[in-house]
Amino acid sequence: MPKLDFEVITLGHGSGGLLTHRLLESGVFELLKNEQLDRRHDGALLHLQGPTAFTTDSFVISPIFFPGGNIGELAVNGTVNDLAMCGAIPRFLSLSFIIEEGLRMEEFWDIVVAIKFAAEAAGVKIVTGDTKVVERGKGDKIFVNTTGIGTLHPRAKIDLGRVGVGDKIIVSGNVATHGIAIMSVREGLEFETTIESDTQPLHHLVTALLDRFGPDVHLLRDPTRGGLGTVLTEIAREVGQGIELHQRDLPIDEQVRGACEILGLDPLYVANEGIFIGIVAEGVAEEVVAELRGLPGGAEAAIIGEVVAAHPRQVILTSAIGGKRVVNMLVGEQLPRIC
Amino acid sequence: MKYLSEYRDPELAQRYLREIEKTVTRPWTIMEVCGGQTHSLVKNGILNLLPPEVNMVHGPGCPVCVTPLNLIDKAVYLAEEKDVILCSYGDMLRVPGSEKSLLEAKANGADIRILYSPLEAVKIAQENPDREVVFFAVGFETTAPANALSVVHAQRLGLDNYAILASHVLVPPAIEALLSDEECLVEGFLAAGHVCTIMGLEEYFPLVDRFGVPIVVTGFEPVDILQGILMVVQQLERGEAKLENQYARMVREGGNPKARETIYEVFDITDRMWRGMDVIPQSGYGVCQAYQKFDAQRKFSVDIPEAPENASCIAGDIMKGLKKPFHCPNFGTHCKPENPLGAPMVSSEGACAAYYHFSDRIHQIEKQSA
Repeated sequence: MPKLDFEVITLGHGSGGLLTHRLLESGVFELLKNEQLDRRHDGALLHLQGPTAFTTDSFVISPIFFPGGNIGELAVNGTVNDLAMCGAIPRFLSLSFIIEEGLRMEEFWDIVVAIKFAAEAAGVKIVTGDTKVVERGKGDKIFVNTTGIGTLHPRAKIDLGRVGVGDKIIVSGNVATHGIAIMSVREGLEFETTIESDTQPLHHLVTALLDRFGPDVHLLRDPTRGGLGTVLTEIAREVGQGIELHQRDLPIDEQVRGACEILGLDPLYVANEGIFIGIVAEGVAEEVVAELRGLPGGAEAAIIGEVVAAHPRQVILTSAIGGKRVVNMLVGEQLPRIC
Repeated sequence: MKYLSEYRDPELAQRYLREIEKTVTRPWTIMEVCGGQTHSLVKNGILNLLPPEVNMVHGPGCPVCVTPLNLIDKAVYLAEEKDVILCSYGDMLRVPGSEKSLLEAKANGADIRILYSPLEAVKIAQENPDREVVFFAVGFETTAPANALSVVHAQRLGLDNYAILASHVLVPPAIEALLSDEECLVEGFLAAGHVCTIMGLEEYFPLVDRFGVPIVVTGFEPVDILQGILMVVQQLERGEAKLENQYARMVREGGNPKARETIYEVFDITDRMWRGMDVIPQSGYGVCQAYQKFDAQRKFSVDIPEAPENASCIAGDIMKGLKKPFHCPNFGTHCKPENPLGAPMVSSEGACAAYYHFSDRIHQIEKQSA
């Protein structure tokens, strides 16, 4: 952390004047250094070729520090993963902060450092940005927005229209880990070992799949808010086909499963960060899973279901004991139950 | 996971299902009392696995669902008008009052906090001596000991800024009310396992004797429920009416005397209004005289007029076993979890909401009405 004569961020740091200058020059620019950022333009000049993916996301998580990460890496990985889900290789990010006055400089610095490392790990450059400070009580410590640009993988043909009956549904890792990690901190729950968020960039897994299987990868989605259940229901409705899920095949960490039981939450509706859903051609499904399992971050990958012609627009889950039930979209927030 | 995976074992579940199929010779109507059991039946797809002769009817055992509208209005009023910190279990928040839910009040700026234990509310009261803190004490006999304990703690700590808005309901009077209704079709019961963990079995013997119905105290996992159903069917087929305990790993005959002591230290048995069922005599707990300064109803003299229930809701018929949620013309059309007309659509443990969330027929209904 650079030597500074202020310990907390105040309104003045967002004024655009001297304090803003000192906040950024104090090390943020140095830390995130790259050719475009160094030019200090009002915007970045980029050279892009071919089809380009473009996405944006805002991060308003509480607490901003949690086991396994902080809001900074979440902001990088979230947008990197949205690009990856389009079949794109992430290249550039913008980065905007809305800071509530009173945020400790030390916390801000930890977030920026996390952003630096996450961007490096994902192979993206932060090329433009903004900092605003709002009065105390008008924010929640810090909000981060990132917008991302990526170039399409040459073999990517990801499109809802390509999802067809017989396709297999794959998840790249354990479900519900991130949401439960956050909730354990919020609720002050302690387990034998700390449940850590699985936030990670997914583009390397996606790139490996596209390199090898190309157009056999029909659709990719990251089941963040609303969880697996909501995202799969959306897909079923959008493509007009049915989806069948097998509860016994859903990969989930034992401790996360235990936490879900205690908190009265259904893991199908808990938020994820470090996993994606892939819908792939039936013939390559086993190989896709084997490929993912051989890569870092994909060890728990599994086939969890398939696209079917029966019950169009509905997701039906076969429970562990063989009963069937519908999986619906989450109505509002999932609230803990009394008993 | 120990103590859970054994009771979700697919082979064991299949074995009980086959045993039920072998035993049953004619149609029987069986009620699971507890909303947790309703949730488990539907979530695990058990209803579709049972033979058609076994007709499961879903009881009034969802505390969130049966909490009267008026009490929710009072909770909203306290949070909005009296500037109290209102603490509640999570699933109470979405339940609509006559004007709004606690979730909406929270969005409008009221200080409403979701807790897992009433003891956390006592802590909040300790930490905020200049604010009033009210815990919305909802539930059956199961949550009563902890809620009572919070009052005992507050008394011991000398707190003047803590109170509970009590809405406790009791299972045996509800079973009695249902069975006393001439229209009721229920022939056997799965009693709520966790309630009996506290209360023991004693209160259920008179019901079995008086009404001649089998009652099996049952757990909540798929294998528990299937075994409970088998035990009821076996009794019905043999023409017996006994009290049996399927959930013996949790429920002792004498229940938990220490927990009951705490309940009776703080609460008196009172008449109670059940949403969807009307007033049932001696069917709830209210804060007793000795602890009245912790009774939010007295402390804040809240006077909110009774709002009328929606007349088109058939909750009563559903609970008596006369109708299924699908038989209601409003189900999935005018009545949905985001806009419930009556008690069973309110929480995911209510019969209608459970059917709505997990049944494949809802989609057809929505499509037809669109």
